[in-house]
Amino acid sequence: MDLRPTEAEETFRHELRSWLSEAVPAHGVPPARNDWAARREWDTNWQRKMYDAGWAGISWPKAYGGREASLIEQLIYYEEYARAKAPYVGVNFVGLLHGGPTLIVEGTDAQKEKHIPYILRGEQVWCQGFSEPSAGSDLASLRTRAERDGDHYVVNGHKIWTSFAQVADYCELLVRTDPDAKKHAGISWLILPMNLPGIDVRPLPTLHGEGEFSEVFLDNVRIPVENLVGKENDGWRVTNVTLRFERGTAFAGEMFDLKRWLAEIAAEAQRVTDYGTRAWDDASLRREIGHLQAEIDSLWNMLKLSIGQADEAGVPGVGASAVKLFFTELKQRVGDIALRVLGRAVLGRTDMAGMPVHDFSYEALQSLSMTIAAGSSQIQRKIIGERILGLPKEK
Amino acid sequence: MAFKLSEEQLELQRGFRDFVAGRFPIEKVAELADGGSDEGLWAEIAEMGVFNLRLPESAGGLGLTHIDAVLVFEELGRALVPGPLVWTHLAAGLIDGADSGSTVVTGLDLTANRHTPYVLEHLDAADAVLLLRDDGVYQVDPTDIAANAIEVPLDPLTPVHHASDLPGGKQIADANTASSLALLGKTLSSAMLLGIAHATSEMGVAYGKEREQFDRPIGSFQAIKHMLADTFVRQELARAAVYAAGGTLDHPEVADVTTAVAEAKLISGESAMKNCRTCVQVHGGMGYTWEIPVHYFLKRTWVLESTFGTVDEQADQVAATFGG
Repeated sequence: MDLRPTEAEETFRHELRSWLSEAVPAHGVPPARNDWAARREWDTNWQRKMYDAGWAGISWPKAYGGREASLIEQLIYYEEYARAKAPYVGVNFVGLLHGGPTLIVEGTDAQKEKHIPYILRGEQVWCQGFSEPSAGSDLASLRTRAERDGDHYVVNGHKIWTSFAQVADYCELLVRTDPDAKKHAGISWLILPMNLPGIDVRPLPTLHGEGEFSEVFLDNVRIPVENLVGKENDGWRVTNVTLRFERGTAFAGEMFDLKRWLAEIAAEAQRVTDYGTRAWDDASLRREIGHLQAEIDSLWNMLKLSIGQADEAGVPGVGASAVKLFFTELKQRVGDIALRVLGRAVLGRTDMAGMPVHDFSYEALQSLSMTIAAGSSQIQRKIIGERILGLPKEK
Repeated sequence: MAFKLSEEQLELQRGFRDFVAGRFPIEKVAELADGGSDEGLWAEIAEMGVFNLRLPESAGGLGLTHIDAVLVFEELGRALVPGPLVWTHLAAGLIDGADSGSTVVTGLDLTANRHTPYVLEHLDAADAVLLLRDDGVYQVDPTDIAANAIEVPLDPLTPVHHASDLPGGKQIADANTASSLALLGKTLSSAMLLGIAHATSEMGVAYGKEREQFDRPIGSFQAIKHMLADTFVRQELARAAVYAAGGTLDHPEVADVTTAVAEAKLISGESAMKNCRTCVQVHGGMGYTWEIPVHYFLKRTWVLESTFGTVDEQADQVAATFGG
């Protein structure tokens, strides 16, 4: 065990830091959250810049144009990325972190050719059509039906929580191709072009009013059979190929952001007055902030340890569920402290009395989604209990 | 950066775990708690290198690192091995005979804020007492301390004395040594707490698989399974914090040592405390009995949590890094 960075790691960090220090300010300020056309342009332009500079697809294989960085380098990448306040991956998320990696492992040559380079360059935006109103944590119970008609699938159904559907070119779509098989056995993974007739995208505002979710209604949408990824009825396995990556290094940047947020909360507490004294002079508040800081630092170390154990295999260790579970619940507790420091200023959604009310309340509200998305906290506890601790399944 | 144990470290960990499991199984804890004795244990632990492992080979030690010491103390904690292990380890190289265990040393960290009332562990067994003060390390003869033996200690394997006053003693090292010994003592106590957090998580899981109610193992119920999943998360969080503290002591240039060590103590203390409570709860009524050994872990946790600064003290120390 040696916590010192190697020379190669230091070089990697400095190259990235130096590129970001110029590229980030040059990219300007992000457009308004509800201006979807502008957001797509801003996010994809940034992706193109990353591509040109050799930083796109940090975990992707070199053969597909990626950087093929080790897990430790990925950690450094996310850390520097967050430190530089570089643009959020935004509309590129599903293509880069999910659809693209799935095609790399499971796609045909034609599918790879048609999508991989475009995703990497920010020329193709993807969304995810997995969840349905009655298939959330129990994803395999999905009901969107695909029936074979010649060289097409005719698809009918209803998807939900589809981020960026408003601006997406393609959707990774899970459908039921065999309604008589057991629920995990009758699912297929299709590439859905979002410009086909019969697709209705309806925005679904979230509780903070600025969300990027949509519902997607599919009414006799005809998808060419060549858009099937993997074999028919083998979609559940195809899905699980990439789901585990979602729980690996993906949160590293957000953890760094959380640490910065806590520092901002502490700074705000040292500035604002409460009952005529500084909020920071309240020993219980101070102690709680110190406690949270220790938890954030330890979480960061837990991520490093889980990566250290996994690096040789190249796949995140079993600890990934533990990291996701602890991180998302911790962020909510940091949100509670932020609101405590803001006091009654939080009753507005815009900045008040010189306090960063908008940012703090946005983060606190947004954190509520994190213990639900990408496997709820309850699902993570089930995974830890059964797959790591070997506890019996519920009957 | 290699945040993982090397092959040699994994071997050290396995070797020590096997030794402790064979020499001091949990039944021994119960035996000692019921008044039994185990005269040879201390010498055998010393023989394994617990006290001299960090001393350089030129001084008769094993020349190992802080992280190695962390791994050894994690196993001592996991097995609830009794005795003033941390203090005798700290005294190695300072007090003659501590490195071989022939001089038994206890002590108090007076640089921590909450150290009163003065409660000394294992005073009867001790040949010397170390006092860590802000201005240096002091050695006191145990017979010079006017202390009352407490008839029934909380942890049956940790006898304690109460002293209203402490003699000044003889200064044997400077302020820098005092603060680095305090950091090391805090780290090794954290490692023992990590061992307890791990042991109680495992005990709870084992019982959850074996104990049946409503015609099925109770560990199949979500209410129990989720509690046990949380014990795993806390144990791994503590492992990360404690190993990071050990790794930072070995290479202080990578992070702020004082903060890393404070965070390790905070996280491991809380982890052990919560895991012990969950373990009692999962064991149900039996967990509340003397017969089931969970209570020994809980009580040792209380002993360790209050040494070298409590959870609250560590939180205050970490908060101070924000200035203001």
